[in-house]
Amino acid sequence: MERQAPLFTAFIYASALLLAAVILAPVLWLFIMSISSAADLSAKPLNWWPDEIDLSRYGVLLSTLENSAGAAFVASLLNSLKVAGMATLAAIAVAIPSAWAVSRTPAVSWSLYAVIATYMLPPVALAVPLYMGLATLGLLNSVFGLALVYLTILAPFTTWLLKSGFDAIPKEIESAAMIDGARLDQILRIITLPLAAPVMATSALFAFLLAWDEFFYALLFTSDLRAKTLTVAIADLAGGRVSDYGLIATAGVLAALPPVLIGLVMQKALISGLTSGGVKG
Amino acid sequence: MSGTWITTRAWLLMLPLLIVMIAVIGWPLLDTVRLSFTDAKLVGTEGTFVGIDNYAKVLGGSNFQRALVTTTWFAVISVTAEMVIGVLAALLLNQQFRGRTALRALMILPWALPTVVNATLWRLIYNPEYGALNAALTQIGLIDSYRSWLGEPGSALTALIVADCWKNFPLVALIALAALQGVPRDITAASLVDGAGPINRFRYVIMPYLAGPLLVALVLRTIEAFKVFDLVWVMTRGGPANSTRTLSILVYQEAFSFQRAGSGASLALIVTLLVTVLAVAYAALVRKAAGAT
Repeated sequence: MERQAPLFTAFIYASALLLAAVILAPVLWLFIMSISSAADLSAKPLNWWPDEIDLSRYGVLLSTLENSAGAAFVASLLNSLKVAGMATLAAIAVAIPSAWAVSRTPAVSWSLYAVIATYMLPPVALAVPLYMGLATLGLLNSVFGLALVYLTILAPFTTWLLKSGFDAIPKEIESAAMIDGARLDQILRIITLPLAAPVMATSALFAFLLAWDEFFYALLFTSDLRAKTLTVAIADLAGGRVSDYGLIATAGVLAALPPVLIGLVMQKALISGLTSGGVKG
Repeated sequence: MSGTWITTRAWLLMLPLLIVMIAVIGWPLLDTVRLSFTDAKLVGTEGTFVGIDNYAKVLGGSNFQRALVTTTWFAVISVTAEMVIGVLAALLLNQQFRGRTALRALMILPWALPTVVNATLWRLIYNPEYGALNAALTQIGLIDSYRSWLGEPGSALTALIVADCWKNFPLVALIALAALQGVPRDITAASLVDGAGPINRFRYVIMPYLAGPLLVALVLRTIEAFKVFDLVWVMTRGGPANSTRTLSILVYQEAFSFQRAGSGASLALIVTLLVTVLAVAYAALVRKAAGAT
C-alpha cells in the first residue's frame, strides 16, 4: 500500500463527511419534524431542534379510535401489508417452477427474455384495460384486485432473480437423485428448494419492497379505506390540507421504517442481488 | 429421457407464469392497442373505431411535445448527475478510512426509502412558508426572502431532479463500488509502478472494470426516469403551469382525469414505443461494450 499524503487523507475525510451529511440530513430532518411541536416547525427562524420532544403524533397515527386520523392510517398500513404479502406469495409460487424450468432447460431460456422485457413496459400501457377489467370483475378498490395487478411487476422480477439462484445450484446433484429413482417433485422438494432457500428469501424480500413502494396502480385502483395502501394515504396527506407538517413527516417515518430496517439488516444480500443483476445484464 | 419430453415438461412448469403474464400483461397490452384506435371513454361508452385519429391528434398536439421535452430533460439531467455523483461516491467508499463500513451502510437508506416518502420529504423541505431549504438558505444569507421552489415554473423541475438524484445516486454508487472491488490489486499496483497518474489510472485501469455494470445501471435508471410518475405526482402533480408534466402524468390526466380512454391509450403506446426504442438501443450498446472488453 502506498503511503498517503496527509493532504490526501484530509481530503478523503472531508469528502466522507460531506457524503454522510448529504445522505443523513434529509432523513434526519424527516425524523426531527416528526418529533417537533407544530410551533417549532412554523417558527421563523426555524427551530432546527425541538425545545421539547413531542412523540404524540406517533400515538395519533397508531391509534385505532374510530374515524380518527389514526384509524385511516392503520387501515392503509394493514392494506399495504395484505397486498404486498399476497402479491409476493403469488409471485414466488408461479416463479419457482418456471425459474427452475428455464434454468435447467436451455431450449426454453429465450422465454425468460420475453418475460424480463415486460419489466420495461410503462404501467400506463396496461392501466386502462386493467382498470376496465377490474371494474368488470368487481375487483376495483379491493386488496385482492390490487395484489393481482402487482403480479405484472413482481412475477417477471422474481422469476429473473430465482433463475440466477437456480443456476448456482449444480445440476449434478439433481441428476444423481434422479438416477436413484427420485421423482421430479421429490427432487425439487428435498434437494433443490432447500438449497435455494437463501435466494428465495432475498427474492421474496425484494418483491415485498417493490409492492410496498408501489403507488401508480394503487392510486388508480383503490378509493377508500377498504383497499387504499400506505403510499396513497401518504400522498393524500402530503397533497391535502393537513396543516401539521409534523403529522405528514410521522406518517413518512412509519412507512419508511419496514423497508429501511429490511435494507439495513439484509444489506449484504440486497447488494449482491443488485449487483448480480447489474453485472450479468 | 428424451429432449422433447424435457422441453414439454419445461413449458408445463412455466404454465402458471405464462397464464398470469397473459392475464395481467399480454391481454391488457393488446386491449390498449385496440382502445387506441377508438374514441372509448373510461366508463360507459365502448367507443367506435376512429382509425389513427388519436395518434394524429396526440403527435400533432403541443401537450405531447412539451411533455416529451420535459421528460427527456428530467431523465438526461437526473441520470447524468446520478452516474457522476454515484461513481465519485464509489471511488471515495473504495478508499481506506475510518467509518467506511458505516458510511457504506448509510448508502442503503435513500434507496430503501419508499419513493412516495422521498417525494413527501422533499415537498416538506421545499415548502414555501416553513420549509427547511428556505430556512437554511435565509440563515446562511444566500436568499433574502422565502421562495416557492415547487410553485415557480422556473425552479420546480430542477427541484424534482434534486429529489430524484438524492434517492438514486446511492444505488449507482453501490453498483460501482461492487465493480471497483473486483479490480485486482496487482493491476493498480503495477500501474503505479509504471508511473500512471490518477486520471490515466481511472481511464485505463479502473474504467474497463466499471464500464459494464455502469452501462446496465445507466439503462435501468434511464428507463425508470423516463417513466417517472410517483415523484412528480406527489410533489407537483405536473404543475405549476404544466412545467413538470411528464409523459406518464400526461397519460394519467388524459385517460383517468379526463376519462378519454381511447386517446389516453394511444398516448400510452407512444410512450411505450419510446421506452422500447431506448431499451433496444441501450441493449445494443451494452452488447458492443461487452464485446469490446
